[in-house]
Amino acid sequence: MSEPVLRIDRLTIALPKGADRRHAVEEVSLAVEPRQIVCLVGESGSGKSVTAHGIMGLLPKGQLTPVAGSIALQGEDLLRAPESRLRDLRCTAMSMIFQEPMTALNPVMSCGQQIDEVLRTHTDLDPAARRLRILGIMRDVHLQGPEALIDAYPHQLSGGQRQRIMIAMALVLQPALLIADEPTTALDVTTQAQILRLIKELQRERDTGVLFITHDFGVVAEIADRVAVMQTGRIVEAGEAKRVLSAPEHPYTRMLISAVPSMTPRAQRRTDGAPVVLATHGLSKTYHTGGMFGPGRVVEAAKNVELSIRRGETLGIVGESGSGKSTVARCIVRLIAPSAGQILIEGADIAQAPSRRLRNHRRRVQIVFQDPYRSLNPRRRVGQSIVEGPINFGVAKHDAWQRASELMTLVGLDPKALDRYPHQFSGGQRQRICIARALAMQPEVLIADEAVSALDVSVQAQVLDLLDQVRRRFDLAMLFITHDLRVAAQVCDHVAVMFEGEIVEQGSAAEVFGNPRHAYTRALLDAAPGRDWQFGKFRAA
Amino acid sequence: MSAARTEVLADSAAAAAAAARGPRLWAELIRHPGVLFGSVVLLVMCAVALLAPLLGTMDPATIDPTHRNQLPGSEWTRTDASGDEVTWVAWMGTDTLGRDLYSRVIHGARVSLIIGVTVAALSIAVGLAIGLAAGYVRWLDALVMRVMDGLMAIPAILLAIALVSLWGGGLLTVIIAIAIPEIPRVVRLVRSIVLSIREEPYVEAAISVGTRVPSILIRHVLPNTIAPLIVQGTYVCASAILLEAILSFLGAGIPPEIPTWGNIMAEGRVLFQVYPHNIFFPGLFLALTVLAVNVLGDGLRDTLDPRMAKRF
Repeated sequence: MSEPVLRIDRLTIALPKGADRRHAVEEVSLAVEPRQIVCLVGESGSGKSVTAHGIMGLLPKGQLTPVAGSIALQGEDLLRAPESRLRDLRCTAMSMIFQEPMTALNPVMSCGQQIDEVLRTHTDLDPAARRLRILGIMRDVHLQGPEALIDAYPHQLSGGQRQRIMIAMALVLQPALLIADEPTTALDVTTQAQILRLIKELQRERDTGVLFITHDFGVVAEIADRVAVMQTGRIVEAGEAKRVLSAPEHPYTRMLISAVPSMTPRAQRRTDGAPVVLATHGLSKTYHTGGMFGPGRVVEAAKNVELSIRRGETLGIVGESGSGKSTVARCIVRLIAPSAGQILIEGADIAQAPSRRLRNHRRRVQIVFQDPYRSLNPRRRVGQSIVEGPINFGVAKHDAWQRASELMTLVGLDPKALDRYPHQFSGGQRQRICIARALAMQPEVLIADEAVSALDVSVQAQVLDLLDQVRRRFDLAMLFITHDLRVAAQVCDHVAVMFEGEIVEQGSAAEVFGNPRHAYTRALLDAAPGRDWQFGKFRAA
Repeated sequence: MSAARTEVLADSAAAAAAAARGPRLWAELIRHPGVLFGSVVLLVMCAVALLAPLLGTMDPATIDPTHRNQLPGSEWTRTDASGDEVTWVAWMGTDTLGRDLYSRVIHGARVSLIIGVTVAALSIAVGLAIGLAAGYVRWLDALVMRVMDGLMAIPAILLAIALVSLWGGGLLTVIIAIAIPEIPRVVRLVRSIVLSIREEPYVEAAISVGTRVPSILIRHVLPNTIAPLIVQGTYVCASAILLEAILSFLGAGIPPEIPTWGNIMAEGRVLFQVYPHNIFFPGLFLALTVLAVNVLGDGLRDTLDPRMAKRF
């Protein structure tokens, strides 16, 4: 065994007074060896990012203070090192890459300049040598045509290219330790797969130790040598990746791993005889941008989309960002008007219906959005949000509130909470309230637009369960939009795969997942992190 | 490099701030030195304006040719309204017509405050209505905003002079003349808020449960504009008070027989080098009032919208 690059010993970081717990990180110990990838896994608020920032010395002064323990980088105590020493160590001995490559790069500096800044600060190379070095590292991170990209600005690059630039910046001086803080969370699955492969490859070549922070067990299965699971500031379980994934010991780890949805589609229900509730024919949405001066740009967000959902059935639309899934959803709810095609709700075409006729349509189709923090008006009590719709349609106040409290019970919340404001609820609870709001309208079609994407995996499982329950109970037709193939496999009877505004493949979940016909579907399935790993279902001990 | 971190912290800070709203907002407001100073000065100024006749003043229009251009603090005996002989102390001296400056400045506060408050209320009411419509109704937007751009291109003073020469000077004319150029600023502010709020999922959720447009605007959009509008209102108020003084000073505002701070200064201008008190006292009141309103506005901005605090 070699000497670890990073050794954290009983690190405790205090939170400011008045926070919900005393320590952000409590007695955390872990070690990263050269050529090793250690995954730090946990749900939001577990303290994984605080740990990473603590290592880099990037904690906000006066707010988060390490109060006990030590962090040693190649034997050097970082907590006692002065700021100037930390500055020297950053990028030369330890580097960090962030979740959002757009905000982590300076938008007014070209990519070459940003990598150059690292070299200028830490080396005495002359400009020509630095340029060679930059081109070299850009080639190493597999950026095509580095001579052109060196002068490109971040907004001209794709998300994956930006993350490669971040990685190039982090690794150009060959640091011994790379900290990756959710580096692939903001990326599409196919890009994520490439970046994960890249990190693994570079780390092997350069003997870098990697501390990889993630919330996704798929990514862990893909990349980790060792795993440490964090819960509310403490490491509850640590060990070899294979061992932790296949035989987790701590109840929290068991719960987390059990909550990871399986890639194998669930058994399909027979819904052939049920009537078709929602169908679209040739649904298209075209955006025209600019055009006032000079030629405009035409964006086809959705092209000839053909869908149909029967009562009691769940249709999933999967695809990467920009594929047009949300556009389709927003057209069906008629938040936007489609450019062409039909939207048939029980036979009535509402694609171009004027707003007066739309009102009746509105009560039949309800939508649950992605971001639980923005889908409820923060200034209104949640009860007011739930009864708003029924009262719009003439339901008496008393009856509407009565119904609202029944719905709160149904979605697993206390009816007394109707008087509270949204900020008093967690993300999962808010999503339950949004479901209650949708159900209050007694819809026939429920659209879930990435409704569980912003939630932690354990909460995600509960909300998915709830959605399935209400679908069964009210015999709803559900349109489930997601980028997450695991989630789609678990809830959908039928799946439509969207790519650049078109549905490239459509069929039963078992067919699409088991025998994908279109090349894009295959690429998507291949890119799903941890696809080869069967996450077991463990009983909570 | 620290973008991700600051974002996380800003989020939790915003959440904490949101949780602390409500009852604690008042405590926070009162603790803020700017809010405290501004509102105390303004309250005193309002009280002074309201109670002007009771504060030992005389009719501000009374001319006393025997006591012209008296320096501050001069004393003499005069006959008051009931016919009694009294000793009169001119705290701020008298002007070239022998009118008591103290009485004129105190009465002048009325005009200034009325104009400040009315202009603020008027421009915000009109601007809010136009801004909500322009922000929410897409086809109206381009049209309304071009008109607003046009209005903003007209210098406020020139417009006021033009209107006064058209309609004749007077309180109403001055109020309208000052309010018109302020309206586009309010419209822009409201429109930008509406444009960002209308994209919020909770507004889309309201649309999808069949809420009608007027209810959406009032229930979901309007509340978000209140805090910024209060702040904007104080700035409008301060600039209206200043503009009124400028217009009166130029002789294009309130008729000279009504005492306003601008009129007093305009009349004192000729003998400014010999008798500076004619300009000093109304100027002092003007500066103090405008300062108070601005400080109050900054304080309100800091407390109502913590993200804007400490940014100048």
